[in-house]
Amino acid sequence: MRPVEEPKVGLVIVSHSEMLASGIAELATQMAPQVDVEAVGGTPDGGLGTDYDSVCAALVSADSGAGVVVLYDLGSAKMTAEMAVESADDPARFALVDAPVVEGAVAAAVASQGGAHLRDVAAAAVGASGEAPVQAAPARPALHLVTDPLSVEIELTNDVGLHARPAALLARTVAELDADVLVRYRDSEANAASVLALMGLGAPGGESVEVIATGKDAREAVRRIEELAERGFDD
Amino acid sequence: MGCTASDVIAALRAAAVVMAEHRDELVNLDRAIGDADHGENMRRGFTALLSKLDSSPPETPGAALKLLATTLISTVGGAAGPLYGTAFLRAATAVGDLAELDGAAVAKALHAALDGVVARGKAEVGDKTMVDALVPAVSAAEAAGGEVDAVLKAAADAAASGAESTVPLVARKGRASYLGERSAGHLDPGARSTSLLLRSFADSARVAR
Ligand SMILES: [Mg+2]
Repeated sequence: MRPVEEPKVGLVIVSHSEMLASGIAELATQMAPQVDVEAVGGTPDGGLGTDYDSVCAALVSADSGAGVVVLYDLGSAKMTAEMAVESADDPARFALVDAPVVEGAVAAAVASQGGAHLRDVAAAAVGASGEAPVQAAPARPALHLVTDPLSVEIELTNDVGLHARPAALLARTVAELDADVLVRYRDSEANAASVLALMGLGAPGGESVEVIATGKDAREAVRRIEELAERGFDD
Repeated sequence: MGCTASDVIAALRAAAVVMAEHRDELVNLDRAIGDADHGENMRRGFTALLSKLDSSPPETPGAALKLLATTLISTVGGAAGPLYGTAFLRAATAVGDLAELDGAAVAKALHAALDGVVARGKAEVGDKTMVDALVPAVSAAEAAGGEVDAVLKAAADAAASGAESTVPLVARKGRASYLGERSAGHLDPGARSTSLLLRSFADSARVAR
């Protein structure tokens, strides 16, 4: 018998704009297909603004038993969301978080998809740095000049590539080392310390990425990442 | 003499007329330093109130204030919805189920409204918001004492100069804060609508007397 799926933490995106809310929800669900992400934006007559009753309804429909993280764009969206949460039957089931709305929504959705609980999903949103993968610039970052960088090509043998869990594993693997590690895929580079930046590379399974490490533990960092990739990121 | 449910209802109807009359003025103030929706939002909220007053007339002053609050919360759409909504909800709670409000009850309701706005919007005096009108209004109302009309007249006078005081200020809250220095030189639309509402309430109280 298959284990019963635990309900996942839902997300509500409150924006002044229906298009913006929907776009963010689309982006977030792409990385977290099983998470209910409700988009609420605009006024009932199609204008810009936030509608209290729609927010209340979204809170209810996003809650499948594990609670809901609520993100908002500008000031009055926050106030409207606050009032909706306060008027809920059990306000403790809703976490209104002050986070960059796009990065926060993606980070929260991924955390929820991975089975995190309400508090941790909220923390993922708040901790979303907004650090995007940097475009590979003609001038290489200064860290490459400190020591000769180690560079290896690594094939992503797992199905999903550098998706949420593999990205998190990779970041954790190098976190404790004294090394600066960049991961390059096509024209983009990500700091390996940032899960979100790694996911943002969008490197799928079957593709190769370049790992560039500098610093005292550069060799160990590369060794660990190679080992991780050989194990297919334990997928 | 105090102010009954029907006095409050009459005052709210009169305020709806004032909001409709000043719709364009508030829109233009908000266009200068915000998103040009304040006048239309206030008009929409108070117009929605009128039909609710017709369909289910509140039986106490507190119930009338609560009906105004919930209507504004669900129909306004901009920051004024949660802010005025919270203000009037707190005012409604402050007067409880009194059948008649005296001057002291009105001053107490105004103070509760101010506390609600501050709790919701986290603004302080000098941020170029409705708080700049409401803080002096509450002080003046509490200092005035006396009947409802005297309390509300003191509040309205102080709110008017409080609103004027926002002109040179640089906004530190709300949409206008994104403009930085360029927000100076304009009257804050929220402070203006607060001043208009209090003046309208004061006029209604004077007529009722
Ligand atoms: Mg506005």
